[in-house]
Amino acid sequence: MATSGAAGLDPPEEREPERHGDDRVASSLTARYSDWVLEALDELPGSFLLTDPSMPGHPIVYASRGLPSLTGYARREVLGRGARLFQGAATDRAAVVAVREAVRAQRPHQAALLNYRRDGSPHWVLLHLAPVFHARDGTLLHFLAVQVPIAANDKRRAPPCRGAPGGLLAACREEARVEEDFPCASHAGKVFVDMDKRGLEAEEPRVASDSEKEEAISTANSIVSALNRYSKLTGLMVSGKRPDSVGIPALSSSFNFSLGRIKQSFVLTHSCLPDMPIVYASDAFILLTGYSREEILGCNCRVLNGPGTSLEALEEINQHICSEQACTVDLLCYRKDGSSFRDLLHVSPIRDASGKVAFHIWVHLDVGAKHDFNGLTPEVWQLGAVGAVRVAVRGLSASGSLLRPSQ
Amino acid sequence: MEMKLTIRRVPTVVSNYQDDADKPRPGCGRNCLGHCCLPVSKLPLYAFKANPGKSSQEDAASAMSFVNILLTQWEDRMARGLFRYDVTACETKVIPGNLGFVAQLNEGRHLKKRPTEFRVDRVLQPFDPAKFNFTKVGQEEVLFQFENGAGDDSYFLNSAPITAVDRAPNVVAINVSPIEYGHVLLIPRVLDRLPQRIDPESFLLALQMAAEAASPYFRLGYNSLGAFATINHLHFQAYYLSVPFPVEKAATHHIPLSEDTMKSGVTVSKLIDYPVRGLVFEGGNTLNDLANVVSSACIWLQDNNAPYNVLISDCGKRVFLFPQCYAEKQALGEVSQELLDTQVNPAVWEISGHIVLKRRNDYEEASETSAWKLLAEVSLSEERFEEVKAYIFTAAGLVQADEEEEASEGEEATYAPVPAHPLPVSEGCLVLQ
Repeated sequence: MATSGAAGLDPPEEREPERHGDDRVASSLTARYSDWVLEALDELPGSFLLTDPSMPGHPIVYASRGLPSLTGYARREVLGRGARLFQGAATDRAAVVAVREAVRAQRPHQAALLNYRRDGSPHWVLLHLAPVFHARDGTLLHFLAVQVPIAANDKRRAPPCRGAPGGLLAACREEARVEEDFPCASHAGKVFVDMDKRGLEAEEPRVASDSEKEEAISTANSIVSALNRYSKLTGLMVSGKRPDSVGIPALSSSFNFSLGRIKQSFVLTHSCLPDMPIVYASDAFILLTGYSREEILGCNCRVLNGPGTSLEALEEINQHICSEQACTVDLLCYRKDGSSFRDLLHVSPIRDASGKVAFHIWVHLDVGAKHDFNGLTPEVWQLGAVGAVRVAVRGLSASGSLLRPSQ
Repeated sequence: MEMKLTIRRVPTVVSNYQDDADKPRPGCGRNCLGHCCLPVSKLPLYAFKANPGKSSQEDAASAMSFVNILLTQWEDRMARGLFRYDVTACETKVIPGNLGFVAQLNEGRHLKKRPTEFRVDRVLQPFDPAKFNFTKVGQEEVLFQFENGAGDDSYFLNSAPITAVDRAPNVVAINVSPIEYGHVLLIPRVLDRLPQRIDPESFLLALQMAAEAASPYFRLGYNSLGAFATINHLHFQAYYLSVPFPVEKAATHHIPLSEDTMKSGVTVSKLIDYPVRGLVFEGGNTLNDLANVVSSACIWLQDNNAPYNVLISDCGKRVFLFPQCYAEKQALGEVSQELLDTQVNPAVWEISGHIVLKRRNDYEEASETSAWKLLAEVSLSEERFEEVKAYIFTAAGLVQADEEEEASEGEEATYAPVPAHPLPVSEGCLVLQ
């Protein structure tokens, strides 16, 4: 069966996400952080939300104690819904577009917005938005959104604040940290704000005072601290391979995000670095071979070779790599535990926007295992991974967001 | 004696069977798309869902999306060596600026062939079976048939007999001179040999494809004759590029419609702050509504010999219509040599902001200014555009609401631009099954 829409290549459609069970929403946090994280967040003052961009509809997964008094919504009411519910007819469209862009680009953002309470009454808030990333592999975990009410005294006509001034949020050293300017984007933004409502040119936008901005920043920092404190990810073992992978370029979080959706078992190797190290491994690959991501990143693909691996097949791969061509070979590969499997392996060069070969993709298929090829032949089905990587690399590198900016 | 306006240009080769189309052929043993072969052949089939909004999502975990399947098949054809060049080896960049024009350097897209003469003053021309058309394409260039599955879910079959018994199948074929990875041609009812002209049913099919792709990065485009269509056999083009198109970011001014003409739910806006004047049709209670309104406009244009280009964007929710006059200007010698030397034929993709350049100099020096300058030549003048707009409105059954009502609200002499329609996602996040 083929489908489109939310399960397809792109963002979920713009519609109100279905109400998720509370447990599913809560597990968005407790899966990554310990169960205590909810209590810790409950202790923080102010009105703020956490949203999960990896769930359909990019729903709110946490609402703070301070939310009801500011917005009139009960905390449970907003869980599972999109954050657009706070906007209304007179919310400035350009400001909403800017928020949406920031969400897509996965960068921090501050803006004054006209929001609506539950009873329909409008009020001005300073929205402070920031992404929360996994420090090790750059995955986008959540967005935090802090709402600080803007008092009515300053009515100068001025554009809402855009962008994040440097040093807005202190970089944290632990597992979860918030990145600053980040030139890439994701689809999550499409459902984060509702674009169907056209902003009427109503009253002039308010400007947040310095103390209001500081309050927002301080709340955001407290949230990140709480997440760090209760992160399940501390204590992750660093394997012996780690020193080798120092020096592999980190892929941008958008790139990681795109790659993460590809179902085939594959790795990407960096074509220009010595010995073509692996810079990305899909979940299916990890499952197939038994290596952990930390172990495999930075290695050359030969780790999968073993006594029964055909030398002719390896030679064929080498020749094709040299001549910048794709090839498919059938060879014996070895898992971490030493067991072998017959692998239908497709290797292809992937060019970036400069037209030069930047990566190679190695798509594996365990011939012995059961797969759903969706009506295609196995060889053609594998090419799905190649096509997806090509368009991701081309689009992202054309806009300069393929790799993470060097720290 | 009738005066003919023509220009000379090198036509793009979209099929490997195009070059020797004019040579006599002994007899078809080739598995083409003509009456000789197609009806008894089997091709992959993609059946799209009847209602884009509804989908059961049950098989979401294992299913492959439309774009997935298209790219997978496309990569397969690449592996088979069917393309004239590797488009991913062509340098591409987003030009810094407000609109972010996308420039590509493709030195090999056009053969070092002699240019052919194209008539540019006749938008409607009868189908000529002697010339190249898509029934002459080999089946290996076809990715799949594209038919309405008439159900709640879409499905894909790797091999299916030609389904529609009562009429010709719609096919999706590769463009062997792609301007981007995944560049395909949608050919409605291939056996019916329709000339390049829009009709409501075919336009609806194009919208349905955009809706099925469900990605703001998968757009469809149409060039009329006289607006740089090369082949007089009805076809749309489509490809996937995960950056926003400049035209999609441009500001628009909403044109208020009178009460009774709003029943279809279609809204119309005019592009502003963009080098090419155009109309933007959006919404519609159903895809059918949008298809009817836009195709009425296109039909007026083609019946009145006005060349135009159409861009279908945002999953079929936004359609841009650009009446243009570049070819006419070129034929009358009114285009500067400098622009002519770039050899850019401003068709729908170029107008939308994706510009393929043939000379390295042009690519290195490409700027928002140079792109604007080129595209400004394509646009109708303000005066002429307003005239055409009025005719289009009448043809599409639209009535503009009173200007007075609107002017009384704002004090400014010029319209305050409504910020652009939501930006599509600027970076690709692919969900592959």
